[in-house]
Amino acid sequence: MEPVVSVRGLRKQYGPFEAVRGIDLEVQRGEIFAFLGPNGAGKTTTVEILEGFRDRTAGEVRVLGVDPAHADSQWRNRVGAVLQESNAEPGLTVRECLQLYAGYYLEPRDIDETISLVGLDEKADAETTRLSGGQRRRLDVALALIGDPELIFLDEPTTGFDPSARRTAWHVIEGLRGLGKTVFLTTHYMDEAEQLADRIAVIAGGEIVAEGTPGTLGGRNSMAATIRFTLPAGVATAELPAELRSLLAGEDARVTLTSQTPLAHVRELADWALGRGFDLPDLDVRRPTLEDVYLELTKEPA
Amino acid sequence: MTTPAARGPLALVLHQARYDLRGFLRNRQSRFFTIILPLLFLVIFVSLFGNHLVGPAHVKASTYYVPGLSAMAVIAASFVNLVISITVLREEGILKRRRSTPVPAWVLIAGRTLTAIVVSLATMVVLLVVGRFAYGVHLPTRTIGGVALTAVVGSISFCVLAYAFSTVIANEDAAQPMVQAVMLPLYFISGVFIVPTIIPSWLRHVAQVFPVEHLADGLHHAFDPTTTGIGIVWSDLGVLAIWAAIGVAVALLRFSWLPKAASG
Repeated sequence: MEPVVSVRGLRKQYGPFEAVRGIDLEVQRGEIFAFLGPNGAGKTTTVEILEGFRDRTAGEVRVLGVDPAHADSQWRNRVGAVLQESNAEPGLTVRECLQLYAGYYLEPRDIDETISLVGLDEKADAETTRLSGGQRRRLDVALALIGDPELIFLDEPTTGFDPSARRTAWHVIEGLRGLGKTVFLTTHYMDEAEQLADRIAVIAGGEIVAEGTPGTLGGRNSMAATIRFTLPAGVATAELPAELRSLLAGEDARVTLTSQTPLAHVRELADWALGRGFDLPDLDVRRPTLEDVYLELTKEPA
Repeated sequence: MTTPAARGPLALVLHQARYDLRGFLRNRQSRFFTIILPLLFLVIFVSLFGNHLVGPAHVKASTYYVPGLSAMAVIAASFVNLVISITVLREEGILKRRRSTPVPAWVLIAGRTLTAIVVSLATMVVLLVVGRFAYGVHLPTRTIGGVALTAVVGSISFCVLAYAFSTVIANEDAAQPMVQAVMLPLYFISGVFIVPTIIPSWLRHVAQVFPVEHLADGLHHAFDPTTTGIGIVWSDLGVLAIWAAIGVAVALLRFSWLPKAASG
């Protein structure tokens, strides 16, 4: 089956500055695809090209089989967008906003049902200016959904949310998967990508630096684990067995070891400590978080 | 249920205008500057300058205030209000979001222009009705078509100019002072507030370059009880049309649906 989004060798030049330097992307139908990258990495430029707002310098782009540079209203009937910075229509209530936008489409979703889907039932007749930040963002999602699109762009949908509003928003986005929608999500929250995405691509300096599932991105599944503990008073790291000493990655209040075989090394550590008659009550073993991987991938060259 | 989009472009324009009008009417600032202010000026002018019988037709002086203030009402609804609202909608990303939907750009522009025409005509009716019953303003009946046509052409022309002018405004805060800085001097030299006969001729020549004078002149002529014929000054409408063409050219070249402040 043809991918919903397919990008080959996309480039975008602003004067002498090359914002996007030849990227490839592919998003399959029904997928939640997360597009990550620091500010200024070319993320918004790429998304705006895919949404048909910007032209490109070079490359081939197909969204729902159409080049978005030549997007017509038939194509826009099939695509919804939650934009990064967009307020609601001033002077209208939540319901009126959705009525206005529903009128733009040939086969819109039911208005009340869409209001319920984003949990704004109690605010349906409130003017948009009276909504909280989180409620406005949910209205954005409702407006993107009202045309019943096949593909939805969500550009940093939870920026500025408090933790509970983010959970609610995630719930709404997960609901889109249930509706069979394809979602193209940009975010710089790693936990958001980890929670929602089927696949992730990371852009940095205008290039895709990694692509994969949340579990395997950037070789995360094969990256070294971190073992951290505090030695009892009077015990120095020099006393550790030689093999463990070779894993030493840092020492401040706690000792940090990095290990490709954490289970074997923890056993060795345990044998050594118990043999000397003490425990390591604050021992933890941690695999790299998505955030660690991301920071590693997008690190500015020193 | 068929949607306006399914019923065709005209239905979609009416749909857009309906919600634009609703949004306009809910905005207190828009209501005041567009509908209340011209009315307030009428009351002030009559109080300041009196309402005695003037001219060869011996009509009340207020008969001459109404067309000038009608021009102001059309400009307030079509230019001042529109420049501010386009800037706000653009900078807040609302224009961008609308463009992400299937609605054609020209429908959005036509819908908003229709709203401006409706508000312009409604404000003129209010001015006339208040003028008639409070101050005995002469009601144009023979030239009613000329009044309406001049107002509609003026409204369309100033709407187009608003789209063009909004392209030089960087943000919401600049919109109000910028439009007033342009319009206030033009109101004074174009016979909107002051009877044109007391304006020095060189200043009137300057004013005649700009569209405000031609809208005011056209309306003065159409309202004037001594006017014969249907009350249309074709040369005024012609200049308004030329300004509209300039506006279209500038807007086509420079108008953007995306916020100016947004980063690339």
